[in-house]
Amino acid sequence: MTTLADAAPTRHRDPLGRPPALLVVPAVLAVLLLTVPLVALVGQTDWPGLPARLATPALREALWLSVLTSTLAIGACLLLGLPLAWLLAKVDFRGRGLVRALITVPLVLPPVVAGIALRAAFGRSGWLGEPVLDLTGFAFPYTTWGVVLAHTFVCLPFVVISIEGGFRSAGSQYDAAAATLGAGRWTTFRRVTVPLALPGIVAGTVLGWARSLGEFGATITFNGNYPGTTQTMPTLIYVARQSDAETAQALSLVMLAISVLVLVALRDRWLGTVRS
Amino acid sequence: MTGPGLDLALTVPGRLDVALRADPGEVLAVIGPNGAGKTTLLHALSGLVPAAGHARLGDRELLAQPVRERRVGLVFQDQVLFPHLSALENVAFGLRARGTPRARAREAAAAWLERVGLAELAGRRPSQLSGGQAQRVAIARALVTEPALLLLDEPMAGLDVGVAADLRVELRRHLADFGGVAVLVTHDALDALTLATRVVVLEGGRVAQEGPPEEVAARPRTEHVARLVGLNVVRREGRLAAFRPSDVTLSLEQPVGSARLVWHGPVRTLAPHGDAVRVQVAARPDLIADVTPLAARDLGLEPGVEVWLAVKATAVATYATDDPA
Repeated sequence: MTTLADAAPTRHRDPLGRPPALLVVPAVLAVLLLTVPLVALVGQTDWPGLPARLATPALREALWLSVLTSTLAIGACLLLGLPLAWLLAKVDFRGRGLVRALITVPLVLPPVVAGIALRAAFGRSGWLGEPVLDLTGFAFPYTTWGVVLAHTFVCLPFVVISIEGGFRSAGSQYDAAAATLGAGRWTTFRRVTVPLALPGIVAGTVLGWARSLGEFGATITFNGNYPGTTQTMPTLIYVARQSDAETAQALSLVMLAISVLVLVALRDRWLGTVRS
Repeated sequence: MTGPGLDLALTVPGRLDVALRADPGEVLAVIGPNGAGKTTLLHALSGLVPAAGHARLGDRELLAQPVRERRVGLVFQDQVLFPHLSALENVAFGLRARGTPRARAREAAAAWLERVGLAELAGRRPSQLSGGQAQRVAIARALVTEPALLLLDEPMAGLDVGVAADLRVELRRHLADFGGVAVLVTHDALDALTLATRVVVLEGGRVAQEGPPEEVAARPRTEHVARLVGLNVVRREGRLAAFRPSDVTLSLEQPVGSARLVWHGPVRTLAPHGDAVRVQVAARPDLIADVTPLAARDLGLEPGVEVWLAVKATAVATYATDDPA
């Protein structure tokens, strides 16, 4: 017998009809593909042995180096990328499309190729590297500065494109209003454009930092893998994996924890609250 | 205080081609249909839209200056208050941008918020203000910088009738105190009649009519203005004829008698208008007639019904199309 209560609408009954299995099944597979490896990583961890595996000088050094180089790299990305993003978003100059296309190339480039390309420019016999070496005696490869350079190269396009999106979505009418009130472009940038795009800028910065933390290909190609100077967390994990799978897993767990923390921080601090 | 006069001849290709002069203290109401170039005119004067020609404000050529140096106060149609700044900081922005020390700028901004009756809302963000309050902040933000020319883009648009009426009274006071040339874009005949010293009618980017509000209202040259002020206007023998909708009689048969102007066409729409029913008839051109609800029922008026419109010649004001209004 059908009662009125039976006919009450429920959350599960989509008025447009049941989603087709042809779409639902691949979607579920996608979620499983993305989550199972991470759950397995956590599940297979040797928890009792974990503190001992993590309390090594190699890990401390690599983690510190990773955080240091990623932070320096993201600082460089902001210093160079914020102005570039502003130009791309707000100034209608000749060749803007070309510039945007050029800076997008590193985004899709295999990181190993980025490392080789960096060598061609900044290597000891590179176009820029050789004159710099002759003049100052300094060369980027195999140094911590080389790591920062590689990270910056890989993350800059990412940061520029997210921040440009932030500038664009904030709208240009506020810049126009500021100009009618007598503000020059620098004042407007400082007091209007950047504050309005702040959620996008912070999101781009944090994601760029996280991306930089995981950078492997370009770094190891350009700088090798020297503990204390160029060995970051990803390269340490790569090396550990060849001799001691358990340690590699423990180190990976640290990276996973950092990634999750970044996401949580991003969601709660910015993506959720600032917009509302 | 008294500001400089305005003398302009502006061209924005495809959108605007106007020449105007205004003395200090004048309030020009710019009216016209959508797309007539009203906002383009304001944006060309403030520099947000590039324009050719000249726009002399006193002895300055505005077109030769960048936006920020023009000292033109623009109140945007949707206010464009900075969402991340408080009402006070919004009003202080222009002073700060021109180098006024922070404390003095905030003091002046607070005084202006007081003048527009929002002293107690100084700390609020734009998202926490009502439409009327936001518009007052926008007006204060423009006026606090003591602009040489004030441009207002439909300041009453989107406000409730009562709120708009209050703001209109207040705006009238600010305009009286302003002293420079003010240009007010509006869709509302009431704004044009109560706030303006002169009305400029734009159509298709050109000035279609210009004159004192009462002149333009009595002798509209364009159908748009006729509708705004609630008059019928028709072109007869090279002259224009204006008459009130209430002077029109409607009938189902062709009226007889002399000294009448007569049209014929199907009813387009019926709508209540005060105590009367306003009937729009597609009589080439569209004409409007106000009839009593009783008459509307007796005639069986509904969209599509063919009717005759007649107006006594004595109720029609006839004027030349090209004499200065």
